[in-house]
Amino acid sequence: MKPIFMTYTKKDLINLAVCMVLSVLIIPTFIKTEYWYTSILIPWLCLALATIGQQIVMGYTGQLALGAAGFMAAGAFAMFNLILRVPDLGFVGSLIVSGLIAAAFGILFGLPSLKVRGIYLMVATLASQFFIIWMIDKFGWFKNYDSSGIITAQDIVILGKPFTTPLAMYFVCLAVTTILTLLAMNMARGSTGRNWMAVRDMDIAAESMGVSLLRTKVQAFAISAFYCGVAGALFAFCYLKSLEPVAFDIKLSFKILFMCILGGLGTINGAFIGAAFILLFPVLLNAIGNNVFHGAIDATIISSIEQVIFGLLMIIFMIYEPLGMAKLWENLKQSMRSKLSSSGIKGVKSPVLKK
Amino acid sequence: MAYERKFKIGKPILEVNNISLAFGGVKAITDTSFNVLEHEVRAIIGPNGAGKSSMLNCINGIYKPQQGTVSFRGQVVPNITPNIMAQMGLSRTFQNLALFKRMSVLDNILVGRKLHTKTNFLEVALQLPKVKKEEKLNRERSEEIISFLEIEDIKDTPVGKLPYGLQKKVELGRALATDSSIILLDEPMAGMNVEEKRDMCRFILKVNDELGTTMVLIEHDMGVVMDISDRVVVLDYGKVIGDGTPDEIMANQKVIDAYLGVEH
Amino acid sequence: MANELLFFMEVLVGGLLAGTMYSLVALGFVLIFKASATFNFSQGAMVFFSVLAFCGFMQDFNIPFVLAFILAAFLMVVVGLCTERLVLRPLMNASEDTVLMATIGLGYVLEGLAQAAWGVEVRRLDLGIGDFPVPWIADNLKLFISALDITAGLVAAIMIIGLFLLFKYTKIGLGLRAVADDAGAASSIGIPLKHIMLLVWSAAGVVALVAGMMWGARAGVQFALVDLALKALPVLIIGGFSSIPGAIIGGLIIGAVEKILEVYIGPFFGGAIEGWAPYVLAIFFLLYRPEGLFGEKIIRRV
Repeated sequence: MKPIFMTYTKKDLINLAVCMVLSVLIIPTFIKTEYWYTSILIPWLCLALATIGQQIVMGYTGQLALGAAGFMAAGAFAMFNLILRVPDLGFVGSLIVSGLIAAAFGILFGLPSLKVRGIYLMVATLASQFFIIWMIDKFGWFKNYDSSGIITAQDIVILGKPFTTPLAMYFVCLAVTTILTLLAMNMARGSTGRNWMAVRDMDIAAESMGVSLLRTKVQAFAISAFYCGVAGALFAFCYLKSLEPVAFDIKLSFKILFMCILGGLGTINGAFIGAAFILLFPVLLNAIGNNVFHGAIDATIISSIEQVIFGLLMIIFMIYEPLGMAKLWENLKQSMRSKLSSSGIKGVKSPVLKK
Repeated sequence: MAYERKFKIGKPILEVNNISLAFGGVKAITDTSFNVLEHEVRAIIGPNGAGKSSMLNCINGIYKPQQGTVSFRGQVVPNITPNIMAQMGLSRTFQNLALFKRMSVLDNILVGRKLHTKTNFLEVALQLPKVKKEEKLNRERSEEIISFLEIEDIKDTPVGKLPYGLQKKVELGRALATDSSIILLDEPMAGMNVEEKRDMCRFILKVNDELGTTMVLIEHDMGVVMDISDRVVVLDYGKVIGDGTPDEIMANQKVIDAYLGVEH
Repeated sequence: MANELLFFMEVLVGGLLAGTMYSLVALGFVLIFKASATFNFSQGAMVFFSVLAFCGFMQDFNIPFVLAFILAAFLMVVVGLCTERLVLRPLMNASEDTVLMATIGLGYVLEGLAQAAWGVEVRRLDLGIGDFPVPWIADNLKLFISALDITAGLVAAIMIIGLFLLFKYTKIGLGLRAVADDAGAASSIGIPLKHIMLLVWSAAGVVALVAGMMWGARAGVQFALVDLALKALPVLIIGGFSSIPGAIIGGLIIGAVEKILEVYIGPFFGGAIEGWAPYVLAIFFLLYRPEGLFGEKIIRRV
């Protein structure tokens, strides 16, 4: 399909328009309960953003990294300190600088990727996870010497206007996520994304075409950490509304890894699908527990069952569809289309191999 | 060849000087030297395990030989890496196919345009006008190559799903997209039938003829080698045992012995 | 001066002995990696799963110690069987990274199952061995070393010798080495791949159980064991993924270095640097010796 605006095809623009209408008009008009904003939509957007970060380094560049939560923590605490100490920067400015600070950590801990891959790289990136959390925990300056360990995030003020209601914060998250998603799509579809994927699929051939492994990998780690940092800042300021290093422990990193893999490696929309699934599934499970069994099942058992199911899904996807839910969705659409075309409703050209 | 060449064979573009390569004590190449002249088609032949692929890997910096140097346009290249060689204008294909499997044919070939892409990631993210202009030019060039190789109808297919012969074609296309002055082809016709081989020869000769690209190829099919190459170098047990025009090689006793398996 | 040296010795020996516990977890990784070139990320979860089951048998069903141990070990054999059948065999031709991700999923399953079956509260595990200095050593050598540490060291030594003998002198061991070398060739000359995989996973399960008992006796049987077991990863990077001696030496190095750093350098940074020090140490190893101390050098051919 030919792009009609920038690199977007007609289909992309329609999808974008539908998403925008849905998220800007329909959701705010019809959903009035705060619960939906504070517990589902806001964390979904934040975690989807972090998952895009994980996608860039893992799904597109093929580097097995496991430390997204560490970069999120770096972003969140950078944000807190910037607003506290450099108030002139403003919310948006602070958000960008927080992302850049996280990106600096990303570059530092991404360097081992030049030498190692696979589980070796995973262990190296675990260092970032543990180190960043430890650093924030041990140096009082990051927490403004607050003794309780949990500090309250400042209110969001943009251009003098406070954004403190759930709906307002939803819009803040939506705006940031939309912009960064579009930028990520531009990169993924352009020469930048081609370099990432070339490194992922066959690094030696990529290098022989003049793709610098050093630059590409470090760049991917930096951009990934930037996304995670911004996501972490939003996560702390709009969802948690407090800052504590424990909220960004290794469990969150695993969660983002799951979102990335189950959603579909190497796709941007997979990040949203994966985040929605991991976030909504426990809600569904709890609802079943409460409504079907009327609370007869202990909450800890429900969360254990949830863990078992996530684990099983991971195994099942690895066996049957390592490219995740986005790929399933794609396959479904394809088979629907071919059914339609075979019944003569709509002709779709399928590639023919010429001898 | 009888006809007048558009690009006359010129001075050496690539010289391999006294290269020795060993893997943990096992010698793959021993003190090997030969050169490649600009605009020629140069073949490297030899029995299995003669060190041909290792040779190409030394030339483009994937292996680091223990001894010897590689010169490009008369200058010794220090610290060869695949990246540096690509920037100097040397591209290649691989014996066991090294395509980007999950990317489409067009995207694979577009990666070949990497060195003609000057915009950075921030400009790409923001889709500045110069990015669009550059992308358009790169796409046009890639489409040209795709139609030259007659693979238009598969250009959106992920290469991992293509049959072997077509993948070889795509790999040639990716190398062509770099607009390099010299291309190394590691068994470009392996696993092809006669018809496909004929096509591939046609493409190689056409590129050499129309663009003047210097071609270095490893090939097992003697008929093909003798037909399309200007000069041939023969390796056996990591050593040069013959170097010359196809006619000279066919008359070389050492080469004949090596191919017939005579003990030496 | 003598006191300082004595104190250093105490820290060092304590660290080394604690390191044997890391070695025990790492040993399970190595067994599976040697036989199937699979990085089993769920080894930590296996530690937690097995020891929690063991505790549950003893405490909730009043099953005696030995019988509970046998039951838990048998449970690990069943886990091994299911893993081999349901996870590894379908992934025979999958890439390394895919299998790794599947074992992460397996870890989640085991953790979830363990908690669903036995609850989430911390359990105390009393092996009858005190975690306090042995009086005899304290009196004669002036070193304060815990009896539990010494027991862990001894158990580790026994298991290593046992495994070594198993590998070296039995038919199974020979088969296993053949499989590790070339699984395809081994199965084509009639070495039963299935049985060997089952055996290896079972052995790794029992090793996990023993490691879990040692850790559990010290820190309580709780979810945090999974995170502790993660430290076996830097141990493996230092020792090499395919070497049993490597797992031991790597564990000792990590144990000693993290204790020494914690005691002598930690106070300047507010302590708790042992949480990340092993990983940073692993990064330095990766940069200078990516194959580990005892691993085989990886040559990538093109």
